Amino acid sequence: MQVTYRIKRFDPEVDKTPRFQDFTLQVGENDSVLDGMIKIREEQDGSLALRCSCRAAICGSCAMRVNGEPRLMCKTRIRDAAPEGLVKVEPMGNLPVVKDLVVDMGPFWQKVRAVKPWLEPPAAKPEREYLAPNEAMREVVGVVACIMCGACVSDCTVWEVDPNFLGPAALAKAYRFVADPRNTDNDERLKSLTEYTGIWDCTHCFYCVQACPKDVAPMERILALRREAIKHGYTDHNGVRHSDSFAQSVKDSGSLNEGRLAVETQGYLNLPALIGLAPVGLRALKAGKMPSPLHHKRPGASQVKRIFNELEKEEKTT
Amino acid sequence: MRAALEAKRRHADVALISKVHPVRSHSVAAQGGINAPLSAGDSWESHAFDTVKGSDYLGDQDAIEFLSREAAQAVVDLENMGVAFHRGPEGKLAPRNFGGASQARTYFVGAITGHAILHVMFEQLLKAGVKIYEEWFVTHLAIEGGFAAGLVAQEMLTGKFHLIRAKAIILCTGGCGRVYEPSTNALICTGDGMSLAWRAGAPLMDMEMVQYHPTTLANNGALMTEGARGDGAQLRNALGDRFMIKYAPNKIDLASRDVVSRAAQTEIDAGRGVDDGLGGKTCVYLDCTHLDRDFILERLGEIYELALQFANVDITRQPCPVRPGMHYQMGGIKTDLDGATRIPGLYAAGECACVSVHGGNRLGANSLLDTVIFGHRAGAHAAEFARQVDFRPLSEGVVMESERRAQAVLSRPANGESIAKIRLDLGRTMHQHAGVWREVKGLQTALNTLYTLKERYQKAPVQDKGKVFNTNLVFHWELGYMLDSAETILLSAIHRTESRGAHYRTDYPERDDQRWLKHILVGYRPDGAPTIEYLPVTLTRWKPEPRVY
Repeated sequence: MQVTYRIKRFDPEVDKTPRFQDFTLQVGENDSVLDGMIKIREEQDGSLALRCSCRAAICGSCAMRVNGEPRLMCKTRIRDAAPEGLVKVEPMGNLPVVKDLVVDMGPFWQKVRAVKPWLEPPAAKPEREYLAPNEAMREVVGVVACIMCGACVSDCTVWEVDPNFLGPAALAKAYRFVADPRNTDNDERLKSLTEYTGIWDCTHCFYCVQACPKDVAPMERILALRREAIKHGYTDHNGVRHSDSFAQSVKDSGSLNEGRLAVETQGYLNLPALIGLAPVGLRALKAGKMPSPLHHKRPGASQVKRIFNELEKEEKTT
Repeated sequence: MRAALEAKRRHADVALISKVHPVRSHSVAAQGGINAPLSAGDSWESHAFDTVKGSDYLGDQDAIEFLSREAAQAVVDLENMGVAFHRGPEGKLAPRNFGGASQARTYFVGAITGHAILHVMFEQLLKAGVKIYEEWFVTHLAIEGGFAAGLVAQEMLTGKFHLIRAKAIILCTGGCGRVYEPSTNALICTGDGMSLAWRAGAPLMDMEMVQYHPTTLANNGALMTEGARGDGAQLRNALGDRFMIKYAPNKIDLASRDVVSRAAQTEIDAGRGVDDGLGGKTCVYLDCTHLDRDFILERLGEIYELALQFANVDITRQPCPVRPGMHYQMGGIKTDLDGATRIPGLYAAGECACVSVHGGNRLGANSLLDTVIFGHRAGAHAAEFARQVDFRPLSEGVVMESERRAQAVLSRPANGESIAKIRLDLGRTMHQHAGVWREVKGLQTALNTLYTLKERYQKAPVQDKGKVFNTNLVFHWELGYMLDSAETILLSAIHRTESRGAHYRTDYPERDDQRWLKHILVGYRPDGAPTIEYLPVTLTRWKPEPRVY
């Protein structure tokens, strides 16, 4: 079938700003978007710069934006990406563009390095392997499956506003070690992940889950890290208070008490932070968005409470 | 990375130079597992014998013994460093079956074993603090006074050429699979290290031994792991027959790869092939449909995805069309057990090297093992060597030489024949004449074609004239390397007038131990035809026998 690729080009030695260029070509029915890109590079324009290697969704080189979504190009079929014969390809987001579709992965790897991405096994080496249940290994392999392609980082909404955020890939990697029964420094890891740039900075927007071509679901791993951090007693954090307040308010009244949430997230005794909230409160008041100080119970709130109680009981027994 | 890690652990000052980020290296694509005689009732002798037999008695038995003796510890070391191997009921490592093996000894992580190991290696490099130069492309290996002295590499980000001095250099550059079209190999497998070493004076050995993997997808050549058959999948022809029963009555679908590939190709050539989805009948079926769906998804999830994507086949419900495809180069830079080449200070390990443990045919799950065992060994030895010698004097002139070569290519008018076209012609020629079946006329035709390709290459331009991330120029360098590998493959294949392992000559269909129980080495000569040399195969305890599976 015939298809047109609309490719974002940028040559730092020539261009001041990026530009789009169209290429039209014939492709096969089961061809991937990458197959077409390679064909363009080989038959039409040898100067087109992109990274790719294995063609089988395992080396992690070819993550790009296809029709605006982060995709592994070799794992995306043209006929799915271009049902109407047009496919748009751009470099990943959140990382500086080097040339055409090649981005600087430096910041990505810097974050991976920051989470101490290696196992700290027990000091006493066994004669053979460390024993570990296969179930635990399966959980770990769910993250080991990460190919470090960067698709999750491309569309991370937190990274976009705060590039200091460790980001979904590095945090998923951190989880891989925390979840590994052979690892020994979980406490230290969880402590440092609780700090600024870590697990509590994620806003659960789900973009990374959607973007990941290997079903690693980074956000789920971040949530799992939060649960582990709380278990380890790392609870002195706005994020923990925020989620506790959120749950407590729903448990008490069947719905979210926004006023209470704002205060409890900072902590009742945290005067400087509470004073800091004042301008926000004033603006909300002006705009008529100030939540009512009288928060009423929803009809059926007692049923909601029962659900909470049941779940809490269950959690205690497991 | 295993070599770098070992050298670093022995307090050498190590730099790792790679044309891609290390986790993009092609070991990442190894699916099925890594062999080790770890389980009760297994022995290194059994593993070694299977490997010797798999090699069709061309493997050097001292090297194979070493491989098998070290295997258990190497796999345990990987586990200890963090590889999340599949476990049995008591939490111990648990293997799967694999081709050519007399018992289950293949340890695995789903169908992503290479990936899992490679990433752990990278983690260990970070932990050890090894300096990594990623996306640096090596254009020249400098030899001074007969010793390895350093290399020249182009930094892709800037296009700048750098001189790196070294007391010892270990080439771990992988195979040359892209010499063939199609191939399961990644686009980066262009035999760079083989060519660099060859031109520097280190001969290449067993290059005619090119493995075709029996089960690759027709559409893009992607690999469907042998682990599928290890876990119970069956091969069938168009009549629905399990044809392997005829060719290998004992091991059936788990005979060694050369045997299964020839059998599948024979069925296809006899008109019993199945639809390849491209308009031909060039495939046979890989049938997993009798296996439990959850079992497939846990252990073979990766190939489930591949088949769904590229062949539009759900392997849990439909048999998948597959065909033999180029997969692995058994030959390579001749090294000794320490990974040392004939050039002092120059080492090689992994697919680019030839120790030789694989001989005429590599067993599945022995390649990852080869990389970690001989990577470790080469790293240790190179570190020791570096401690004993001084840097060789090396002038910046070698950098200028690479710059001059680059400039010459860049200044060619952009409208000539593309390097992609030359590469495609090379790949198709090799597949047609130096694939599963070979005979002298075809091989000679291929060699003549190769020499014209070399001439065409000398005139081929690049379209990208820039400095920053000029992949076009990189492909140009790579094609030059590939042409060297191809030449040595064809010369060796023409030379070996017998059939052994993966090298099957229709004009000499029998193995001939009288004349050919020996290695062929091809040497480079700057001013003439390549040299041919023989080395005897090292036999320790296993005498050559007829090979029946």
